[in-house]
Amino acid sequence: MDGQLIQMEFPVKGGNFGGAGDAASKIKNILKQLGIRYEIIKRVAIASYEAEMNIVAHAAEGTIVVEINPNAVVVAAKDKGPGIPDIDLAMKEGFSTASQQIREMGFGAGMGLPNIKKATDDMTIKTEVGVGTELTFKIFLTDNREETLK
Amino acid sequence: MKLSEIIAENELTVFSPSKQPEVEIAHGYVSDMLSDVIANAGKDCVWMTMQTHSNVIAVAALKDMAGIIIVGGHKPSDETITLAKSKGVCVLGTKHTAFDITGRLFASGLKGETMSP
Ligand SMILES: Nc1ncnc2c1ncn2[C@@H]1O[C@H](COP(=O)(O)OP(=O)(O)O)[C@@H](O)[C@H]1O
Ligand SMILES: [Mg+2]
Repeated sequence: MDGQLIQMEFPVKGGNFGGAGDAASKIKNILKQLGIRYEIIKRVAIASYEAEMNIVAHAAEGTIVVEINPNAVVVAAKDKGPGIPDIDLAMKEGFSTASQQIREMGFGAGMGLPNIKKATDDMTIKTEVGVGTELTFKIFLTDNREETLK
Repeated sequence: MKLSEIIAENELTVFSPSKQPEVEIAHGYVSDMLSDVIANAGKDCVWMTMQTHSNVIAVAALKDMAGIIIVGGHKPSDETITLAKSKGVCVLGTKHTAFDITGRLFASGLKGETMSP
């Protein structure tokens, strides 16, 4: 797949717990078809699932755009929603504004954003309260951790 | 241990059958928190949980698990079973608590992700 660039977009609906995980599962299947190493697929799957779940659990609607270039998988999860008032607080393990009902389903552990950070080589959050959030992450296909230190 | 042997020896209920009953299972994972499972459960494991809603199917499929074991005699919803069958995800059940079924599987040689089998 040298020099090739693949880009795909998946819509995600807020509150739609029934379809939750569909986008992450499609992304995983594409990477599998491309013959990408399992270690990489695993990390993309973890981060994509959590990004998708955050749109489902916290936002009104959004899209997940995946780009696969020769060096990396880049995922952008963009939503219309409440935004994140304090990103540092949201990044803390265990912090969650999820409702009791969502917690009973096993979501809302406050581990999503920290898990995305751990699973990826680069993660950025752009957000505006009352407008929405754009979370972008990158996973290098070379899995050369030194490269990620810049 | 093969998945089919785990099912037979522990008299597990089969809510949705496995496509690979002869797969070797080396690991198990126990958790009801989906973020924890997504981050830490391994491939080809069996997952013990009390969660019965349909989101467990997406999690098991994403992690390439061998199967889900719903503990404590809880039953998955019809929606969960239908989705599991359509995605080929194995869903099992036991009357045992999470502790007891995990103990039984550990005694038959399965380990957690942090120990080699
Ligand atoms: N897309 C989003 N829109 C609005 N708020 C979000 C979004 N993603 C995360 N958050 C906020 O950050 C918190 C922590 O997120 P996360 O670590 O994924 O934990 P959880 O989703 O389990 O609550 C959430 O509870 C929520 O308040
Ligand atoms: Mg989350």
